Amino acid sequence: MAKTHVTMKVNGAEVEGLVEPRTLLVHFIRENLALTGTHIGCETTHCGACTVDIDGMSVKSCTMFAVQAQGSDIMTIEGVANADGSLSALQEGFRMMHGLQCGFCTPGMILRAQRLLKENPSPTEAEIRMGISGNICRCTGYQNIVKAIQYAAAKINGVEFQEAAE
Amino acid sequence: MNDMTPTREQREAKLEGMGCKRKRVEDIRFTQGRGNYVDDVKLPGMLHGDFVRSPHAHARVKSINSEEALKVPGVLAVITAETLKTVNLVWMPTLAGDVQMVLADGKVLFQNQEVAFVVATDRYAADDGINKVVVEYEPLPPLIDPFKALDADAPVLREDLAGKMTGAHGPRKHHNHIFEWTVGDKDLTDAAFRKAEVTIKEMISYHRTHPSPLETCQCVCSFDKIKGELTIWGTFQAPHVIRTVVALIAKIPEHKIHVIAPDIGGGFGNKVGAYPGYICAAVASIVTGKPVKWVEDRIENLTATSFARDYHMTTEIAATREGKVTGLRVHVLADHGAFDACADPSKWPAGFFNIVTGSYDFPTAHLSVDGIYTNKAPGGVAYRCSFRVTEAAYCIERGMDILAQKLGMDPAELRLKNFIKAEQFPYHSALGWEYDSGDYHTAMRKMMETVDYAGLRKEQAEKRAAFKRGETREIMGLGVSFFTEIVGAGPSKNCDILGIAMFDSCEIRMHPTGAGIARVGTKSQGQGHETTWAQIIATEIGIPADDIMVEEGNTDTAPYGLGTYGSRSTPVAGAAIAMAARKIKAKAQMIAAYKLEVHEGDLEWDIDGFRVKGLPEKSMSMKDICWAAYNSVPPGMEPGLEAVSYYDPPNMTYPFGAYICVMNIDVDTGVYKVRRFYALDDCGTRINPMIIEGQVHGGLTEAFAIAMGQEIRYDDEGNVVTGSFMDFFMPTAVETPHWETDFTVTPSPHHPIGAKGVGESPNVGGVPAFSNAVNDAFSFLGSTHIQMPHDFWRNWKAAKNLGVFA
Ligand code: FES
Ligand code: FES
Repeated sequence: MAKTHVTMKVNGAEVEGLVEPRTLLVHFIRENLALTGTHIGCETTHCGACTVDIDGMSVKSCTMFAVQAQGSDIMTIEGVANADGSLSALQEGFRMMHGLQCGFCTPGMILRAQRLLKENPSPTEAEIRMGISGNICRCTGYQNIVKAIQYAAAKINGVEFQEAAE
Repeated sequence: MNDMTPTREQREAKLEGMGCKRKRVEDIRFTQGRGNYVDDVKLPGMLHGDFVRSPHAHARVKSINSEEALKVPGVLAVITAETLKTVNLVWMPTLAGDVQMVLADGKVLFQNQEVAFVVATDRYAADDGINKVVVEYEPLPPLIDPFKALDADAPVLREDLAGKMTGAHGPRKHHNHIFEWTVGDKDLTDAAFRKAEVTIKEMISYHRTHPSPLETCQCVCSFDKIKGELTIWGTFQAPHVIRTVVALIAKIPEHKIHVIAPDIGGGFGNKVGAYPGYICAAVASIVTGKPVKWVEDRIENLTATSFARDYHMTTEIAATREGKVTGLRVHVLADHGAFDACADPSKWPAGFFNIVTGSYDFPTAHLSVDGIYTNKAPGGVAYRCSFRVTEAAYCIERGMDILAQKLGMDPAELRLKNFIKAEQFPYHSALGWEYDSGDYHTAMRKMMETVDYAGLRKEQAEKRAAFKRGETREIMGLGVSFFTEIVGAGPSKNCDILGIAMFDSCEIRMHPTGAGIARVGTKSQGQGHETTWAQIIATEIGIPADDIMVEEGNTDTAPYGLGTYGSRSTPVAGAAIAMAARKIKAKAQMIAAYKLEVHEGDLEWDIDGFRVKGLPEKSMSMKDICWAAYNSVPPGMEPGLEAVSYYDPPNMTYPFGAYICVMNIDVDTGVYKVRRFYALDDCGTRINPMIIEGQVHGGLTEAFAIAMGQEIRYDDEGNVVTGSFMDFFMPTAVETPHWETDFTVTPSPHHPIGAKGVGESPNVGGVPAFSNAVNDAFSFLGSTHIQMPHDFWRNWKAAKNLGVFA
């Protein structure tokens, strides 16, 4: 199949590649760019494991073609840590609040949560639950993921994190 | 002592040993996308394989034509049963003593069964190839309804077994019959029923569901022709067993097979079994000389690998008028699909279902299970449970509620009346198990007090009255559930897989600087072993957990172990780890005695080293002993500080718990609301309370899904109608209730550290709690039992059937 030349910015760096028009963005990211933190759990837009940030939106990269991402600005989990290599507030929150177990949903979950907090820096629990409802986790039961996001929100807002009583 | 000397507490805290909420070490890589899952493995020249699958549930395969497929650019090979015949691999042995087709051999027996394997340079080309393989089918009548499987005119499914009247587990009584398994005293039980003042009988079904970890099953196989070695990366919960199975069926010497289970994205039982994808990828690699990757998609995962449950349990309980149980009789119709590929220890065709007497002191019980073939996917697995204990717990917990209803007793009171008492442990159950320890009354009462059980019942009574007066359309249910798990498979006297006893193992090597590595025979799929295993070692030998690296999943380096499933890691491998650590400590004591110039018996252990009794200033830290182990051991002693332990447990462990679910249901819409869910678990000694709580949350969420909506459903033609996350209920953060957790601690008397295992308890106890809540809500309208899953539509149907509206 004839190939198309694509260029885009991924985690701040200009990248390019030759892809079939039908190549899914998630495959381009994982195979061509070797950024394997973006995972595939369903290939049907249901699970959110493949979530990346594209031009300021959370997007499931399993149902978008690489050619559609031409010229866009993408962030994957590999671009989330702080510039000095330390964990971002969200990454730290997931670790501190035990917001992950097998870790398979985690990259997509963090990318989604990051966008959520950009749009709504102090979300309520209900807003967080609704905000991550496109991302399935099979291991954690979500409660600690919600706490992880609350922890990060508090840290970003410079307030003290109060764990809600059980 | 000056002020800088760390206190006992400080020294202990530094270890981050057992009981500490140590943060997980694996999270550093997982939160940065640096995990290494199977699909991340990429080898030079790697090819991709994908399956042609059957659209029919039952059909004869008349012909397979690969000609056009082989013309597709990038397609290198199409493997069919004919290809596999040359290597004698068309059929493979299953874990349950049956055989299963790797690729369709003359006919297909379930929808999406593997028919041909297309190998290509990338996954797109493989997919193109699949679409060009032409298979001619002649449809046969499908057998979908398990209740019709043993009819005289039921279609013959397994033609390969024609005329065989004995199977792996004894006589077969019909062409679709797999086995009959009976346990208990039939005569005594029948007599108990004849004498009974009160009896109940109910058909309780536990529907077919699926573990669906977020990562599907996958592998990369790479055969090195020059060395004659096969390396397999795979999503394996039990890598060592996979290696042995591959050695046995591929006839490659076991030491020339390297099985590596890297990070795994959830397992829940789905990744225990051996699937055609593994065999085909291995054969394809041998045929092509290139590494071959096979990655299952979600539809394939849901429709063709390892279902769970599908037990239809006719349950009878005999009791006195006062509510003392006197007998239990259960008959199960077990739908095993097209091949009996259930993952159970060899001696237990229906797993540990005979724990079905649960937490109650039944003087007698009798159980029989009939396994049957149908045109459904094979591979019944213990989905987040220990070999059918979920079905058993559901059966008895529903049964107890139904009995309470018949007696007009409170379900919690009925349970308290029949619990095995604390002083009865070790307790011998009527169906042959020896429960190690328990204190059920304390757990139950703590649960009842915490949630104000009496207050909730009062509120329910008021609500029921208001409903009857027509003032509300909302009904309220209290789902009480109490479970006893049987985990830690297992003692070699009880448990083996394909003849390999289910022990587990650990090897610890301490390096001169006081840091070390522990390699364990288990394989974490999210349970946090890298974190908790080091905690056990930290407490046992006084080296900080941070200084112990834990490695699992590489059969070349880890000692042989039976893997992680059935909550066996802590009860079995956890014990092996403690025992290996104790061997290290024993040698360390000899070295310390030599260095301190005292008799070994003059030393006592003190958090992180040994000190001379009565002379606290004369001591030696474990760290220093590690160094000494490499330069000044006693004469005649080998240098070094390492130990291996293979632990064959003397018994299973029996964690238990008291759960309650409070639920409201709107009868006009069927919409339910979980108002409260409280789970008290007793898993013995708690290694990492944070991880335990996380496991409980996850297990409860899976229980919620199963009880309240998740189901693998087939239509009459055998089409799977729940083949994607669109129609197979996957709870998101929005539906998932809030979880309250609590605990009591009753250590296992026979386990070196008293730990019992917890990962599956919430699923085992959770499902009956939800189902009992729904059933309790409807009970005052005259209903005794409504089948799961209790989704909105079924609740609405139930209300309609009960005449709540026209
Ligand atoms: S893989 Fe993209 S949403 Fe599941
Ligand atoms: S941590 Fe396993 S799927 Fe979320």
